[in-house]
Amino acid sequence: MKVLVPVKRVVDYNVKIRVKADGTGVDVANVKFSMNPFDEIAVEEALRLKEAGKATEVVLVSIGPAKADDTIRAGLAMGADRAIHVKTDETVEPLAVAKIIAKIAGEEQPGLIILGKQAIDDDSNQTGQMLSALLGWGQGTFASKVEIADGSVDVTREVDGGLQTVSLRLPAVVTTDLRLNEPRYASLPNIIKAKKKEVAAKTPADYGVDISPRLEVLKTAEPPARKAGVKVGSVPELLDKLKTAGVL
Amino acid sequence: MTVLLVAETQGSALAPATAKALTAALQIGGGVHVLVAGAGVGPAAEAAAKLSGVDKVLVADDALYGHQLAEPLAALIVGLAGAYDAILAPSTSSSKNVLPRVAALLDVAQLSDIIKVIAPDTFERPIYAGNAIQTVRSKDAKKVITVRTAAFAATGEGGAASIEAIGAGSDPALSSFKSEALAKSERPELTAAKTIVSGGRGLASAENFKDYIEPVANRLGAAIGASRAAVDAGYAPNDLQVGQTGKVVAPDLYVAVGISGAIQHLAGMKDSKVIVAINKDEEAPIFQVADFGLVADLFPALKELDAELAKAGR
Ligand SMILES: Cc1cc2nc3c(=O)[nH]c(=O)nc-3n(C[C@H](O)[C@H](O)[C@H](O)COP(=O)(O)OP(=O)(O)OC[C@H]3O[C@@H](n4cnc5c(N)ncnc54)[C@H](O)[C@@H]3O)c2cc1C
Ligand SMILES: Cc1cc2nc3c(=O)[nH]c(=O)nc-3n(C[C@H](O)[C@H](O)[C@H](O)COP(=O)(O)OP(=O)(O)OC[C@H]3O[C@@H](n4cnc5c(N)ncnc54)[C@H](O)[C@@H]3O)c2cc1C
Repeated sequence: MKVLVPVKRVVDYNVKIRVKADGTGVDVANVKFSMNPFDEIAVEEALRLKEAGKATEVVLVSIGPAKADDTIRAGLAMGADRAIHVKTDETVEPLAVAKIIAKIAGEEQPGLIILGKQAIDDDSNQTGQMLSALLGWGQGTFASKVEIADGSVDVTREVDGGLQTVSLRLPAVVTTDLRLNEPRYASLPNIIKAKKKEVAAKTPADYGVDISPRLEVLKTAEPPARKAGVKVGSVPELLDKLKTAGVL
Repeated sequence: MTVLLVAETQGSALAPATAKALTAALQIGGGVHVLVAGAGVGPAAEAAAKLSGVDKVLVADDALYGHQLAEPLAALIVGLAGAYDAILAPSTSSSKNVLPRVAALLDVAQLSDIIKVIAPDTFERPIYAGNAIQTVRSKDAKKVITVRTAAFAATGEGGAASIEAIGAGSDPALSSFKSEALAKSERPELTAAKTIVSGGRGLASAENFKDYIEPVANRLGAAIGASRAAVDAGYAPNDLQVGQTGKVVAPDLYVAVGISGAIQHLAGMKDSKVIVAINKDEEAPIFQVADFGLVADLFPALKELDAELAKAGR
C-alpha cells in the first residue's frame, strides 16, 4: 500500500507575524518557514506504517512556490521515498489544493492519504475533508491513533467530548492531531541522502485544475490589542480585584 | 436569502453553541431554518424551535446520524442544500469534520471560523493564530461557513417555529462507528462556561492537576481547561485543550495557572473578559495579556485561593 502525504510550507510556529501597515496581508519577508507541524506528524505516521510493514512507499506532495522544495526535502530527510512538487506562486485555496491532490491520487492510487488537520497559517482545517469528498472516500479527521486492518483502517479521533473511534473502508483519508505521534528528527546522513531523492516538478495546469480563488481578501488587520493589567501582591488582593471587576 | 443552520447536539439535547451560531445566521439575514440530525433528537428539535428568529426546524431522527459520522451527514446536508443560499454551523469538532466535505461536494469554498458578519457575502476571520484578522468576501453563489462561537452572543428564546420531520438520506457506507470514550462531567462545558480555570505544565503531574485545579474550579463553578503541554504530558484529557488547535473560549473569567502564554495558547483565550495569571516567572508572556497577575508558586497560591474562597462562602 502506497501512502500519500501532502505537506505545506508555512511560517514557523515560533514566529509572531506582523500585519502589513497598508492592510494588504501579512509580512512574511525574512521570516523562518518550516513544514506545517501537523504535516510532520503525518509524515511520521506514514513512515511508521512503512516500518511496520503496512505501507510500501511514502510519497510527498507539496503545492507551492519554488521554496517549498525546502519543505519537501525536510520530509524526504525524515525518510519519505519520493515527492511531487506542484509549483505555483499563486494563492491556492483548500478546495483547489484538494482538487490537485485528488488528481494525483488518481494517478498514484494510494491506499491512504494522511494530511495535517490544519495548516497553522490559514487555520482553515478543510483540505483533508474536501479531498475525501472529491474522491468519495471515508475520512478520519483529528486522529490520535491509526490502526490498519485488512481492507480497513481504525481511526481514533479527538472530538469535543473526548475520543471517538471509527472504522473506514480503504482507501481513505486521515488527518492528524497533535497526540498521534512525536515526529523524528532527520539525521545528517539522511539529510544528504534526501538531496538525491526524486522530486517530480508539476504545475496545476498539468492536472487541469482551475486554481482561481473563490474568496477575495479585502483587508488584513491587526486584532484589537490587549493591554497588560496589574500585578497583585497576594491572593486576598486578587480576590478583591475580581470582586470589583464583577466576575466573582 | 435563506440560511440553513446545522445544529450541534449533545446526546438528545441542543448544545449551547447552536444559539450562538444562530446570531451570525440572523445577521446574514433572510430566513433561518435549523437542521437537527441525530438519533433521538426530538428534544433538541423542540429546543431549536423555541429559539427566537428560527422559521423552521428540520429533524432527521435516524440511527444513521447517531454518531455524527461525516459521510452520511454531509450527504444529507448536500441533499437539502439546493434550497439555501448559505449553510452555517457553529465551529465544533463535528462541524469542522462535516462542513468542508459539504463544501467540496457543492464545489464551493468554505469560510472557517468567522468572527464577524460584515455583509451577507463578507466576513472577518482570524488567521495565524488570531494574530491577523482577514476581511474576506466569498464569490461563490452558495456559502458554507463555520462560526466561532466565542465571538457571538447566544440568541434567546421566544420563537415558535414549525418542526418538520425529514427522512434519512442514503448511507455512503464508507465508515462505521466503533466506540467512543466521552468524558462525563458535572462541570459546565468548556466553550459555554462563564469561568474557566486552566492548568499548564507548571502543575507537574496528573495528581497535582486534580488536587490543585479541581477544588478551585469547584468553588468557582468553573470549567477546567489545559495547555497543550499539560495534555501531551497526560495531566488532562485532550478535550480540555485550549488554543489555536484546541478549543477557543471567551469566558467572563479565565484563570491561567502554570501556563507560560505561548502564541498558540493565547489564540484560544485572549478574548476572555478578565484574565488572571498565576506563574512563578514574572517574565512569562501570559502576564502581557493578564488583567491581574500573581507572581507566585502555584501550589501554595492555589491552596490559599481555595481556602479564601471557602471563607467567602463559595
Ligand atoms: C482567503 C485566503 C487567502 C489566502 N491568501 C494567501 C496569500 O496571500 N498568500 C499565501 O501564500 N497564501 C494564501 N492563502 C493560503 C493558501 O491558499 C493555502 O495554502 C490554502 O488556503 C490551504 O489552506 P490551509 O493551509 O489553511 O488548509 P488546511 O485545510 O488547514 O490544511 C490542512 C492540510 O492540508 C494539506 N495542505 C494544505 N495546503 C497544502 C499545500 N499547498 N500543499 C500540500 N499540502 C497542503 C496539509 O497536509 C495541511 O496540513 C490564502 C488562503 C485563503 C483561504
Ligand atoms: C502546531 C502546534 C499547535 C499548538 N497548539 C496549541 C494549543 O492549541 N494550545 C496550547 O496551549 N498550546 C499549543 N501549542 C503548544 C505551545 O506552543 C506551548 O508549547 C504550550 O502552550 C506550552 O504549555 P505551558 O504553558 O503549559 O508550558 P510551558 O511553556 O512549559 O510553561 C509552563 C509555565 O509554568 C510556570 N511554572 C512552572 N512551575 C510553576 C510553579 N510551581 N508555580 C507557578 N508557575 C510555575 C513556568 O514559569 C512556565 O511559565 C501548539 C504548538 C504547536 C507547534
